[in-house]
Amino acid sequence: MKLGRVIGTVVASTQYEGLEGVRLLVVQPLNTALKNDGPSLVMADAVQAGPGDIIYWVGSREAALAMKPTFVPVDAAIVGHVDAVGSRDVTPRFEERG
Amino acid sequence: MKICRVQESVVSTMKHPTYEGLSLYCVVEVDERGEDTGKEFVAVDRVQAGPGDVVLVMQEGNGVRQLFGVQDLPIRSIIVAIVDQVHVT
Repeated sequence: MKLGRVIGTVVASTQYEGLEGVRLLVVQPLNTALKNDGPSLVMADAVQAGPGDIIYWVGSREAALAMKPTFVPVDAAIVGHVDAVGSRDVTPRFEERG
Repeated sequence: MKICRVQESVVSTMKHPTYEGLSLYCVVEVDERGEDTGKEFVAVDRVQAGPGDVVLVMQEGNGVRQLFGVQDLPIRSIIVAIVDQVHVT
């Protein structure tokens, strides 16, 4: 699993069956210092995240297991919101939310 | 498995239901001499590790599902041991 920041949304009108209604978000992976770590990815959202949120996500087969029904064609999924890393509060301020 | 150093805890209230009651830590991969490699990720802790501990992290989802005895568990990285010593010849 890795940390990430939600930076956008993806709209796709034609989808493989099972992906209908699944929110797709653009996520910038982060390191522990919350600095960018690698290129951004599109992820399925299992926890109602939104732009500006710091989240953690899981990749490969485990991403499909986070969705309902399982085994939908995704390879990265957001599985939790991060409130704090250590003693640092990382919840977005209201004006930072999209 | 990878040798890692535990960094800070990750606090999360809104999460996938399968993560309820589990503690999460940021970890950084280290080499056999304990030097940071810079590769950081998040892992579930099952052995009561804490910040600063050198640990073994398994990154295999099927192994995690066997440990928990649960199918359909979206967890991939788990701390499975606290390392006391690494000996390299």
